[in-house]
Amino acid sequence: MATMTMIKALNTGLRRILEEDEKALVMGEDVGRLGGVFRVTDALQKDFGSERVIDTPLAESGIIGTAIGLALRGYRPICEIQFDGFVYPAFDQLVSQLAKIPNRSGGRVRLPVVVRIPYGGGIGAIEHHSESPEAYFAHTAGLKVVTCADPNDAFWMIQQAAASDDPVIFFEPKRRYHAKADVDTESAPMGLHDARVVRSGSDATVIAYGPTVDVAQSAAAAAAEEGLDLEVVDLRSLSPIDWEPLEASLRRTGRAIVVHEASGSLGIGSEVAARLSERCFYSLEAPVLRVTGYDVPYPTSRLEEDYLPNLDRVLDAVDRSLEY
Amino acid sequence: MGDQKRPAAKTAKSRRKSASANEPEFVQLLTPEGKRVSHPDYEVNFTDEEYRGLYRDLLITRELDAQGTALQRQGQLGLWPSLLGQEAAQIGSGRALKPQDTVFPAYRELGVQWCRGIDMISAFSLFRGVDLGGRDVAADRFNMYEIVIASQTLHAAGYAMGVAKDGAVGGADGEAVIVYHGDGATAEGDFNEALIWAGVFNSPLVFFCQNNQYAISETNARQFRVPPYKRAEGFGLPGVRVDGNDVLATYAVTESALDRARTGEGPSLVEAFTYRMQPHTTSDDATRYRDEAELDYWRAKDPILRYRSWLEAESLADADYFASVDDEAVQHVRELRQRVMDLPDPEVTEMFDSVYTDLPPRLGAERAEAVAFRASLDEGSES
Repeated sequence: MATMTMIKALNTGLRRILEEDEKALVMGEDVGRLGGVFRVTDALQKDFGSERVIDTPLAESGIIGTAIGLALRGYRPICEIQFDGFVYPAFDQLVSQLAKIPNRSGGRVRLPVVVRIPYGGGIGAIEHHSESPEAYFAHTAGLKVVTCADPNDAFWMIQQAAASDDPVIFFEPKRRYHAKADVDTESAPMGLHDARVVRSGSDATVIAYGPTVDVAQSAAAAAAEEGLDLEVVDLRSLSPIDWEPLEASLRRTGRAIVVHEASGSLGIGSEVAARLSERCFYSLEAPVLRVTGYDVPYPTSRLEEDYLPNLDRVLDAVDRSLEY
Repeated sequence: MGDQKRPAAKTAKSRRKSASANEPEFVQLLTPEGKRVSHPDYEVNFTDEEYRGLYRDLLITRELDAQGTALQRQGQLGLWPSLLGQEAAQIGSGRALKPQDTVFPAYRELGVQWCRGIDMISAFSLFRGVDLGGRDVAADRFNMYEIVIASQTLHAAGYAMGVAKDGAVGGADGEAVIVYHGDGATAEGDFNEALIWAGVFNSPLVFFCQNNQYAISETNARQFRVPPYKRAEGFGLPGVRVDGNDVLATYAVTESALDRARTGEGPSLVEAFTYRMQPHTTSDDATRYRDEAELDYWRAKDPILRYRSWLEAESLADADYFASVDDEAVQHVRELRQRVMDLPDPEVTEMFDSVYTDLPPRLGAERAEAVAFRASLDEGSES
């Protein structure tokens, strides 16, 4: 057991991957000498060399396209896209190639590529540095999409993602990068695509992932002071979604609120609400509600507190659910 | 500005060879020591007043930029991308623009903005996070700052196609378009596509590459094996490298490229060889990837010191003049600083009202929800 930030946990996880798998590569803009703009890859190039930790040209389509080529040659690239809003130049390679080549090959080709993307807002950044583009990728068959919410998951999920023979888009909640917590370096808590109940409760289920897990937990703590007993579930995997724990929770509580930073329309919350309505219709005491970013481009930083789902908006939704 | 000698056709022979193998080959009219040199293809011939004006531009730009860094350090801006060291590249090219020309900047073009006479507050409100940098770009003929690397090169290529379609090229009154980008941008697909488009449509576009040697931490060696000015030739565009720390040479080379575009001769690329003296932005720590010796090397090539030395040597400006520019810069900085501090925070409605030409009903409901939510918080904080 060790206490570390999410950045340190990811760094330690990447270090272990590079030690254990000689085919693993780390590649991206500024990941080498600088150690990444968030220092997630700090000192990896010093310790594993520039053949394995590669500063790439400033070209996102190039990063993903060449990672596909390296994977075809037997390597296992772990790519970094520097910020969420910079992934779009690589969209064609991700959606039309990385997601489709294995299927095109009839399963003969596997592309074990991990794409790490720091995502989400709340850090006072300028445009293109605070987005939550996960739904684009979760909507794309052929890609697996996961996101960690704490250092222990960060440490284990990055290793599990690297071990996956399917492409994995790995979203890192950048506003949780510096929060410290215990990491069990001995054994993985669960599978890469498992959802987890992070707080048990009986009155309503709050479903969150990535940066909003902490928001949901804070809301649950505040609600507890008012005598409300909220359950909090961390999705962890956005594609595929682990439905069983969600359904089990909803059957107990009868109420669910999904929370994410991305815009609401056609977001992950829409899928969760629709599916749970289909699967748990007779258990529902209220419609599944969504607390999300608004359907606008991520706003300028002086407005992001208004945009982001926060404790009050979650509790407000809990109240609305309970009033049904 | 003044009557320039028209540049003659360039030949390989006319390109000057540098003394040292380590020195890049480029057009230079003013050495780092402040000595004027001639070039067979490029010359400037300003009035004394115009020569002094360039110094004023350089110095005020540097001071306003330094204030950006200071305001960020004091928590008044979220981020600041300093242009320190690149003043000559920006003032030289910015002053070569004619009023009818259109600029597509990246995100570090404070000096070009100054030359366009646009209120400097917009750069600061953007990095303070009170807006996204919106302005009347059609009136300004200076587009919004672009943060995504190289995207604006294609926008400029399309705009330049439109200029040509409108018949607005040809003769001294023709319109030219200039797009600013860095060395890192040259690795992006968009940039290379923009070169293709500008070339095949023979558009009135100047690619102005400020090669400041760094894409955050990565040097030129990670972005290309052939420098941008040489790559342009492979796309069918003339490419010229200029000493980007030499305001006179940058002016002459850019003016020639713009004139080429405006008269209908087509696109070209100018690579201004310069250096980013500060980290990438205030969020960056450049000590992790470059050393003090390298900074010293470039300090000796400072664009303002060399220009001032030359003005003094030629008796084009005296101590009183330099003092008056210093005073003016202090005034500009003081006024700007106060305006930045006084910038009001945006209304919560601002994130909803510009997304579409109309407000879809569902979004209208979200807008009302956000307004009510803010009001409830404000009430809570007052009680």
